[in-house]
Amino acid sequence: MSERIPVIKTPKVYVGGAFIRSESGRTFPVYDSGGQFVANVPQCTRKDLRNAVEAAAKAVPGWSRRTPYNRGQIIYRLAEMLEARADEMTGVLRQFAPAWTSAAEQEVAETVDRLVHYAGWADKYEQVLGSANPVAAPFFNFTLTEPIGVVGIIASDSAPLLGLLTQAAAAIVSGNTVVALASESAPYPAITLGEMLATSDLPGGVVNILTGYRKELIPTFATHAHIRGIDAVATGDDATALRRGAADSVKRVKVRQPDINWSSEFNESVYEIRNFIDFKTVWHPIGA
Amino acid sequence: MAVTLDPSDKDSGSKDEKKKHGHKLSVPELIFGDLWEYDPAPETADPRIRSRYDLFIGGRFVAPQAGEYFASINPATEETVTEIAVASAADVDSAYVAAQMAYETVWRTMPGRERGKYVYRIARLLQDRAREFAVAESIDGGKPIKESRDFDVPMAAAHFFYHAGWADKLAYVAPGRTVQPIGVVGQVIPWNFPLLMLAWKIAPAIAAGNCVVIKPAETTSATAMKFAELLQEAGLPDGVVNIVTGGGETGAALTGHPAARKIAFTGSTDVGKLIMRQLAERGTRMTMELGGKAANVVFEDSPIDQAVEGVVHGIFFNQGHVCCAGSRLLVQESIAESFINKLQQRMETLRVGNPLDKNTDIGAINSREQLDRICELVESGVAEGAKLYQPSCALPSRGFFYRPTLFTEVTQSHRIAREEIFGPVLSILTFRTMDEAIEKANNTMYGLSAGVWTDKGSRILRMAAELKAGVVWANTFNKFDPASPFGGYKESGFGREGGRQGLLDYVDLS
Amino acid sequence: MFRRTSAWERSYITVVSKHSKVEDFGTVDRVGIEERVAKFTTRSIKKKSKLWGLNTAVSMVDLTTLEGKDTPGKVASLCQKARQPSDDSSIPPVAAICIYPSLIKEARKLLADSPIKIASVATAFPSGQSSLKVRLQEVKYAVNAGADEIDMVINRGLFLAGEYDAVQDEIAAVVEATGDATLKVILEVSELETYDNIRAASFMAMQVLRPGDFIKTSTGKASGSATLANTQVMLEAIRDFYLDTGIPIGMKPAGGIRTAKQALHYLVAVKETLGDGWLNSSRYRFGASSLLNDLLRQIHKEKSGAYQAPYYFSEAAGSY
Repeated sequence: MSERIPVIKTPKVYVGGAFIRSESGRTFPVYDSGGQFVANVPQCTRKDLRNAVEAAAKAVPGWSRRTPYNRGQIIYRLAEMLEARADEMTGVLRQFAPAWTSAAEQEVAETVDRLVHYAGWADKYEQVLGSANPVAAPFFNFTLTEPIGVVGIIASDSAPLLGLLTQAAAAIVSGNTVVALASESAPYPAITLGEMLATSDLPGGVVNILTGYRKELIPTFATHAHIRGIDAVATGDDATALRRGAADSVKRVKVRQPDINWSSEFNESVYEIRNFIDFKTVWHPIGA
Repeated sequence: MAVTLDPSDKDSGSKDEKKKHGHKLSVPELIFGDLWEYDPAPETADPRIRSRYDLFIGGRFVAPQAGEYFASINPATEETVTEIAVASAADVDSAYVAAQMAYETVWRTMPGRERGKYVYRIARLLQDRAREFAVAESIDGGKPIKESRDFDVPMAAAHFFYHAGWADKLAYVAPGRTVQPIGVVGQVIPWNFPLLMLAWKIAPAIAAGNCVVIKPAETTSATAMKFAELLQEAGLPDGVVNIVTGGGETGAALTGHPAARKIAFTGSTDVGKLIMRQLAERGTRMTMELGGKAANVVFEDSPIDQAVEGVVHGIFFNQGHVCCAGSRLLVQESIAESFINKLQQRMETLRVGNPLDKNTDIGAINSREQLDRICELVESGVAEGAKLYQPSCALPSRGFFYRPTLFTEVTQSHRIAREEIFGPVLSILTFRTMDEAIEKANNTMYGLSAGVWTDKGSRILRMAAELKAGVVWANTFNKFDPASPFGGYKESGFGREGGRQGLLDYVDLS
Repeated sequence: MFRRTSAWERSYITVVSKHSKVEDFGTVDRVGIEERVAKFTTRSIKKKSKLWGLNTAVSMVDLTTLEGKDTPGKVASLCQKARQPSDDSSIPPVAAICIYPSLIKEARKLLADSPIKIASVATAFPSGQSSLKVRLQEVKYAVNAGADEIDMVINRGLFLAGEYDAVQDEIAAVVEATGDATLKVILEVSELETYDNIRAASFMAMQVLRPGDFIKTSTGKASGSATLANTQVMLEAIRDFYLDTGIPIGMKPAGGIRTAKQALHYLVAVKETLGDGWLNSSRYRFGASSLLNDLLRQIHKEKSGAYQAPYYFSEAAGSY
């Protein structure tokens, strides 16, 4: 009986609801923690980033106009998808993380729980962040939140799944859409994540994930005017470049340290949502 | 068919000219007849109702200690639907023991994020079995399948989904305070929205970490017992929710039990007062969601056809068995006549009949008692001189049915303007100025809800500020959402359900 | 030319003047009316009542072809389809065909002995962007060529500029040019945008129309078309106008109605808003082309119990 040869998957990135290669055709190899070749992953260019931003921008009106209840249900379903395929994702993480089985399992479990946590914020954060304001004149004055649009994400290497989804969930729960650059050293989990996004009822273009080199892509993340906010795990020159480029289009930038403890409950809260919303205050006379 | 103006008569356009020539015009009418009858469209899904239900205590179905059961009937056919157990005081006590045990050993110490996941499971399972629950609700209570399918069941699932998300976010409910669950709470719910009222009570309670003993209404326990099965499927730890069925005595045992650290009641104002007196000595914490006599105020500049729809929906939805029903219409005098004509026209197309027919708009009255009460009050309206109107629709020969009804020439002192009828009966009064409307709308011991119809935003906001009602609907009516707090002023009760404010009533602050 | 005003002093029948505002005709709440029409879609129409609805819908179709590439051959095929939509001869013919003026003569020959009406568009359809003189000439040309019905477009430019009396004057001029033919006034609801505008435009038109004329939602050539909600606005205006003046005006939604299921919803709206009097082709039409075959498919399915493939019906080349 001869040995069965497995069919190896070609990694593609999930952009605009579809799976694509880089427009440049370039790839780079990824190796597991034992040094073995795993696959050739798309080496995305700034044009890929540009296209992803287009897709993300197109998805904003539809996504932001859904009811909060609907957005919450969709994010919950993403949690369901991840839970159902926990074994697969654990295996993928284990390939690249240090050889501790439980760390990978734990990362998947925490990611599911984090998604559930943010799903539950969708129809509540307004009640915490918004307000009716008691002004000293006969007006009904209220403050509402609004998503800012397309948010760029530079993901973590230490927690390639938990970190990425923490950043993304906090952004999309309020109606933003996201273009994320996956971990450079461990991009493969993001490839698998794309497949789960595609089956979760999340509309195409709401979360777009690119793989590639930070050096090549950070400048465009920083300066693309249609990206309205950045959530980046970065230090030193990268962080400075992001902030400097952001100035050109007045983006808001959140920089996190690479050694951040993603498991901490401090990293799941309504104030993460607040990073990427605008407050709108409305006045209306009360009279006859 | 109506006579039209003679096109050759060039002066027929002017009203004065017509008077001069003594023109007599017959009034055009619309025919809502039987040219195109809707065939019967019965819902056939199996509601999976058992022939008999025991009590649900400690995660299991247990027989009532005294072995007593009673029949629950379908008010549309008067046939028995199922047999429901009578919980004695001893059974109620067992339920509280189970709830206390669950609270101490499991539920209080479970982290919020895990508690929340149980509630999410309940929401999802209810979504899965939505159709089955909708049919059961219509059969047991009489409401149209269209309503239970499109409103009751999805809204119940939404309440569980919404509150599930609060379980690990309670720190945001009361800024400046530490939030704890209350402990064991007792809850009594009414027969008008059996499953939905159950969701309104249980979802916030258990999401906040409490354990529950709940009694559904006597005439509508079927969906509560099916819900108990669903809790088993969800794997909810034993004793977190306990369901005891029965009538007034069971209810009294439940509200009077010393283990209850809080009592939540939705029902009539009369019974609410009884419970308040019962608990006076012990000083148990309470929330009350009681009756209403809401005013729907329609100004002349309102979007008229949508206002007609809102008024109709406000009083005929769920056969008028709604605490926040718009049972009083306050319409501005200048448009009163044409508005009432439009109401009557709209009532011509309402379909009263078999609740399981998908085209039925108005189903069965919940019980003979309620039907008698409606008849009595309608008779009083006629006796007191108000003018009655009912469309001429046929009613089924069996079952408890009542035609949609409106009264005109109603004044503030008519019984039908003051007392809650809880049926498809609208009392119509008029007003001239906004101040008069406010005064008349607030001239009631109730204060649950109100409606305002006008095109002017500042008028909406002034009315909202002046109306003494816990919920004000502007250019709409009967809108509900788990995120939107609901509850009354004055004798409509105190406490809120839904939203952040609703959760405050299910936590201790320290 | 005289304008009909209310015999009973209602607030809706405003005399249109330079000072008219859209709100004078009554306002419409968008959320409220969209909720109302959603209820029409939950009506469950089965068996005999479904067959009645489907057959009635067939009899109300204005079978339409309005393409630059229309030829006498296309019109000939259309006329044949109009007369006998399917092999099942118990299914009625359609109400009318709707074509461009240059093809009327051809249609006239083929429908000489038939009760099917020939409707022609005119007045620089679909944009209406031409001088009034030219638009009226086109109407007269169509009428002389043998059109039974004229589908005109109102002047949206004037409407959106607030020149309501001018809008109405133009419609009145077209009424005159139309003579004995029936007039259908297309409001082009997607360009009017708001429901308040649609209601106001409906009244402006009806005040100068004759019993048996129609108001119509769309040309089918702009980006929006008939919806249950914009049609409901017009049905309610027709109802209010009828109850005030006794004059019955017909309704024609056009564009976007492709399935039998939709058509039944539209008929439910008529039944529950205007009643039995409007459930016939003298008072209601569907401006459609592909709808006809879907109606036939559903009729066939009701009678045979089996779902049908599109290619069993003539003129339906679409793949499955």
